[in-house]
Amino acid sequence: MDIRVESLHKQFSGFAALHGIDLSIRSGELIALLGPSGSGKTTLLRALAGLVPIDGGRILFGERDAATLTLRERRVGFVFQHYALFKHLDVFENVAFGLRSRPRRERPAAAEIAARVDALLRRVQLGGLAGRLPDQLSGGQRQRVALARAMAIDPTVLLLDEPFGALDAKVRVELRRWLRQIHDDTGYTTVFVTHDQEEALELADRVVVLNQGRIEQVGTPDEVYRQPVSSFVFDFIGRGAQIAGQARAGQFLVDGRPVYALRSTIGDGPALLSVRPHHFEIAAPEHGLRGQVRQQRQLAGRITLDVQLEAGAQVVEVDLDALQSGLAPAVGARIGLQPVAGTVFRAAD
Amino acid sequence: MSADPALAEPAWLRRLLIALVVVAMGLLVALPLAVVIVESLAQGWQAYVAAIAEAETLAAIRLTLLVAAITVPLNAVFGIAAAWALTRYEFRGKRLLLALIDLPFAISPVVAGLVFVLLFGAQGWFGPWLAERDLQVIFALPGIVLATVFITFPFVARELIPLMAAQGRDEEEAAASLGAGGWTLFWRVTVPNIRWALLYGVLLCNARAMGEFGAVSVVSGHIRGLTNTLPLQVEILHNEFSFAAAFAVASLLTVLALLTLVLKAWLEARHGDALARSGRH
Amino acid sequence: MSTAVAIADPPVPAPAVRWRDPLPGFGLTLGWTLTWLGLIVLLPLAALVVRASDLGGDGWAAILASQRVQRALWLSFGSALLAATVATVVGALVAWVLVRYRFPGRRLLDAMVDLPFALPTAVAGIALTALYSGQGWIGRHLEPLGIQVAQAPLGIVLALVFIGLPFTVRTVQPLLETTTRELEEAAATLGASRPTILRRVVLPPLLPALLTGFSLAFARGVGEYGSVIFIAGNIPFVSEIAPLLIVIKLEEFDYAGATGVAVLMLAISFVLLLAISGLQKWVGK
Repeated sequence: MDIRVESLHKQFSGFAALHGIDLSIRSGELIALLGPSGSGKTTLLRALAGLVPIDGGRILFGERDAATLTLRERRVGFVFQHYALFKHLDVFENVAFGLRSRPRRERPAAAEIAARVDALLRRVQLGGLAGRLPDQLSGGQRQRVALARAMAIDPTVLLLDEPFGALDAKVRVELRRWLRQIHDDTGYTTVFVTHDQEEALELADRVVVLNQGRIEQVGTPDEVYRQPVSSFVFDFIGRGAQIAGQARAGQFLVDGRPVYALRSTIGDGPALLSVRPHHFEIAAPEHGLRGQVRQQRQLAGRITLDVQLEAGAQVVEVDLDALQSGLAPAVGARIGLQPVAGTVFRAAD
Repeated sequence: MSADPALAEPAWLRRLLIALVVVAMGLLVALPLAVVIVESLAQGWQAYVAAIAEAETLAAIRLTLLVAAITVPLNAVFGIAAAWALTRYEFRGKRLLLALIDLPFAISPVVAGLVFVLLFGAQGWFGPWLAERDLQVIFALPGIVLATVFITFPFVARELIPLMAAQGRDEEEAAASLGAGGWTLFWRVTVPNIRWALLYGVLLCNARAMGEFGAVSVVSGHIRGLTNTLPLQVEILHNEFSFAAAFAVASLLTVLALLTLVLKAWLEARHGDALARSGRH
Repeated sequence: MSTAVAIADPPVPAPAVRWRDPLPGFGLTLGWTLTWLGLIVLLPLAALVVRASDLGGDGWAAILASQRVQRALWLSFGSALLAATVATVVGALVAWVLVRYRFPGRRLLDAMVDLPFALPTAVAGIALTALYSGQGWIGRHLEPLGIQVAQAPLGIVLALVFIGLPFTVRTVQPLLETTTRELEEAAATLGASRPTILRRVVLPPLLPALLTGFSLAFARGVGEYGSVIFIAGNIPFVSEIAPLLIVIKLEEFDYAGATGVAVLMLAISFVLLLAISGLQKWVGK
């Protein structure tokens, strides 16, 4: 089902949590709501679920205003950050809860409930654990129970609040791939909240970047990574340096020297050049940005240099492929850094 | 190997402190317990049984059980309602409401009795109205129940509120999002999560309801065989110098207290994680 | 830094339909809470206040001038404060020994702490009397030494220490259980001695809890009736506590006098408890 959010507003005792959110979610999409804490992403998710009141705007489920729907009618499959499993019920009963809670006329027969729960548990690879209590499961297993429980009501949309937040690093990566697989198999429209850009970029069809209650950018992972629309998005989405300078006549100048040819037109004036660490090339000291190598670190297939620029004494990170290690300048060397790709933003005054 | 002197008291001091505490607790707590048992049997088993089988004592037992049977469910329902309202929603005046619920703890039992006399006594606000209709509250069962409800008012609520606040709304929201209606989510999600704390609160509420003395003493009128609860019966017998009988009746209440303590300790040991860790008492 | 230009929010269209909380029962439960609170607690206390204001200037003057009332209030508050102090010191010691030391019978001792709370006060009253009266198990050994417990203020303090002990132990104990040994170890590695560690590392975080326990024991002690009246002997001007005076005035059908003493008690308690909580905030800083 398509979901549309129109100029959504939400206040929390005085401060605005969401100002004027507009967002369209297409049926079957996998969407990430990405932002730092306090950006409003969880509030947006809970508003979609109907768990918090909204102060303005509306949410449409298909053609219907969600405000007219009860929680039961909305049928969202919500996976809570800390899973909210019913502690006193075993895995089977947790998953069966939604089916058993239906009004008598709509409730499936016991045998059908059992069949559906079993199928779901097999799908989330918990076939043998139906009789366990939540306390007897690992974090990753609990997460999968929560997901199965949410899917049991055949939801119009799956909403996941920081689904991998409470798990350790290795399990996170496994579950991430697995969630994508489940999504592709079932085709449920899915929205998840995360503060981890890597998670959002790897998993989602589209990423919604939120900051201070506003949407900064909506786009595919590739778009938000390669074409950030604001310096905030650039900074939040990945590592990189933002270098202050001037835009003038199609060139980006630092201390009066051109270091980068602008690819889009922005007006002349103070500007910021944003460059990812692997978008620098090492050049002779007289080219590009002048600096001195301060430190060299090696990390699995990558060499990272800390280069202190002459301009503003700023330290920028430069990634080199480990295969190029022979080319890496020594610590203390004076070099030039030539940006090969970057984005220029107007600087605020 | 003994610990570093900076990290532990020397052994002699440790032993001294333990001895001090054992002696203090012995004098202050264990001896009163012992004295009840010894004094109640001072005139032998037969006197003990006779004291308890006395008609007035039996009437007092019945009244005490009746009062608790009315009071405890009322305050349990109140406690659940208050905890639900206070922990599941945001509204103004919450802190004030919390403080007001605890208010009866700060009020002398005698004053608790007094306020009901002022309302329902012969010279009270509703006294004449009640007299016209031949209804009696003070010096009768309703007065005793009211005073007991007042005294035990916060017991269940204050066990449930910290626990339910710590548990948060997540599980109920999950149940609601799965389509559960109000009663379903209350009975299938909330009740299983709070049952041990509820039992704990009920246990303490019951112990106090059966043992309350000051407030009940003011409103009961000490009518023998009619408005005397067990604690009042203890007082009457003691004032008549029937010490052995007084202690025999007191021993019943002591058994109640010990039973309460055993159950309480069992709940804490077995279901401690399902109780709120909020300064027990 | 970047071009995040502040854009004024457009006017907000209000949602068409009012939001319903997914958890039902707010009206019902809050309504029931307020009704029950009003009927059982607030209405009766309002009656007390209204009655007290009926007393008028002369009535109040008579109560305030009464030596017997003054003496009873003085005794009640004095012995409650003293008893709460003793209970706090003993309670802290008991909590320390129970949490930090291991010895046979520790669990039994731990369970015994709650007895004064669970034991009906009338039972506590006659038991203490049987122990400390002139013919009692302990009293008969104290009397020859010139120490009179029963029929004297000392007996009142003793009963109130008994009543207050569970409150002080149980507020300090959980805190002691959770404070990590790490802080003490850190202080020890920095060269602090045991007394210094106790005074500067262990004690300060306990102070607010000690004060809480003190105020609980005090609040309970001021109004305590059952456990006190048997051992106190209730001699006017010597061992007659304020709650007993209320009962006596009620038995004489002096409702106004009873109300006056009750309101005075509540007012003084309130001021003292407020002062303690102020002290607690100050200590907690």
